[in-house]
Amino acid sequence: MVTAGIDIGSKSVKVVLLKDGQVVARALARTGFTPREAASTAMGAALEMAGLRREDVARTVATGAGRKEIPADGEITEVTASARGMSSILPEVRTLIDVGTEEGRAVKVGEDGRVIDFVVNDKCAAGSGAFTEAMARALEMTLDEFGRISLESERSVPMNAQCAVFAESEVVSLVHSNTPKKDIARAVHDAIASRLVSMVRRIGIEEKVALIGGLALNVGFHAALERSARTTVTIPDHPEYVGALGAALAAAREERPT
Amino acid sequence: MMGDDGASKEFWRWKECNSRFEEVDWRGGKVITAGVDVGSVSSQAVIVVDDRLYAFSSARTGSSSPDSARRAMDWALEGTGMTMQDIQYVIGTGYGRVNVPFADRAITEIACHGRGANYMFGDTVRTVLDMGGQDCKAIHVDDRGKVTQFLMNDKCAAGTGRGMEVFADLLGVSIEDVGDLSLDVDEEPTPVSSTCVVFAKSEATGLLRSGWPKEKVLAAYCSAMAHRVVSLLRRIEVEADFAVTGGIAKNRGITKRLERELGLTILPTTYDTQIAGALGAALFGQTLVQRGKGRKR
Repeated sequence: MVTAGIDIGSKSVKVVLLKDGQVVARALARTGFTPREAASTAMGAALEMAGLRREDVARTVATGAGRKEIPADGEITEVTASARGMSSILPEVRTLIDVGTEEGRAVKVGEDGRVIDFVVNDKCAAGSGAFTEAMARALEMTLDEFGRISLESERSVPMNAQCAVFAESEVVSLVHSNTPKKDIARAVHDAIASRLVSMVRRIGIEEKVALIGGLALNVGFHAALERSARTTVTIPDHPEYVGALGAALAAAREERPT
Repeated sequence: MMGDDGASKEFWRWKECNSRFEEVDWRGGKVITAGVDVGSVSSQAVIVVDDRLYAFSSARTGSSSPDSARRAMDWALEGTGMTMQDIQYVIGTGYGRVNVPFADRAITEIACHGRGANYMFGDTVRTVLDMGGQDCKAIHVDDRGKVTQFLMNDKCAAGTGRGMEVFADLLGVSIEDVGDLSLDVDEEPTPVSSTCVVFAKSEATGLLRSGWPKEKVLAAYCSAMAHRVVSLLRRIEVEADFAVTGGIAKNRGITKRLERELGLTILPTTYDTQIAGALGAALFGQTLVQRGKGRKR
């Protein structure tokens, strides 16, 4: 049986296709302002990759902030989807941190991917990927460069601003005062990580800790998170697809939508 | 990201200014003091002669606080014939107040805003809302402008001038026109739902895409901002008379909505609302010199 999981994030749509419990394709498209179209694009790409047709897909489950905007056979929350997806990859993970463009989440995961507790921040950009994007732009760097260069820094420069908008002015002042870009990049990643960790502490940090979502692709943020949480943080392969994988697994189990 | 393309014109950039009241004869003055307010976004310098406002300037804060303070002070002095030697006492205030090299003393901006508002709006003002570039303060004052209570948000750009600048840029509307344009709607739209300015910006981009005209998007943002500020104000309770200072006091899109939501009229003033802090600082200087502090004339 073939099932599909579609994760409609604020920035990108992720699709995972499962055939008899095995991942046969992953695809991603930018959400833009038409999530429906983006979902269809990503789905088309995934089907092509797997050599399948749309009618081969038995069930589709949607998740993510925009899950209500696309047609699907069922929908589950991001929290449930990510916990389920994670437990199929690394069942020993107990604290799951998921950071996307406009949201930061932490889920306390029990055995079999059960959700014990969770916290979400979707109100403030300071603990989300939008913060790194704005800062990378202020420094005129790509996100990739911005993450990598921060690893070269050996100095921790304090950031006073908590707000992403105020931090942008602070970054500009740091540039004017000739602070090296690598140190600014580290300061930005440390600031997001510390905001996030103080939120995660509300549900407790229990090992093993894993990081997923778009920010998991940023090596600078990963290092900052480990510093701030004072523990090893594991990143699974394809960390941005974990939610979509969880949705595809839910579709395979033919569970009632939650 | 949207809105950053081709942004060669800086819509957020508000007009810098300086001005003086010629009817004040400083040469015959007994006590001359200055206040310099180095804020995170703008810097002001005010010169007071015998308890009367004489001259002021308002300029963008640069990357260095000392340079911004110097620039504002020089600009306030411009055309007056006065030099720093004539000024007996200088007080620094605002977020960069400890970085005013020529100041004799620093006083917090809360105290200065209370004192400045008392001068600008009169003895009856009891609640002062200062809406600055990177913060928002609700202050209670007594009939002499002394602060009795205050609350402040300086952690988040929602409800600050900086947030408004971001929107001016996004919509390509000059910051001076944002407020009036936001009132140009037949009916008030649903307020923008995101608190965070970064997220509100993406939300607004989506609204524009879905065909909302600029004025409707601005109305949705201004009404969300006014609502947010009112919730801050309610925490200290608004006691009449009510005054608004800072740059946002010049934005009718916000002041009208504040009045509507609070059911109160905002006290009018002929003074530039951005100088309240620096003016209060200069007035504190007057008191100190009258008590024997500072240089002799």
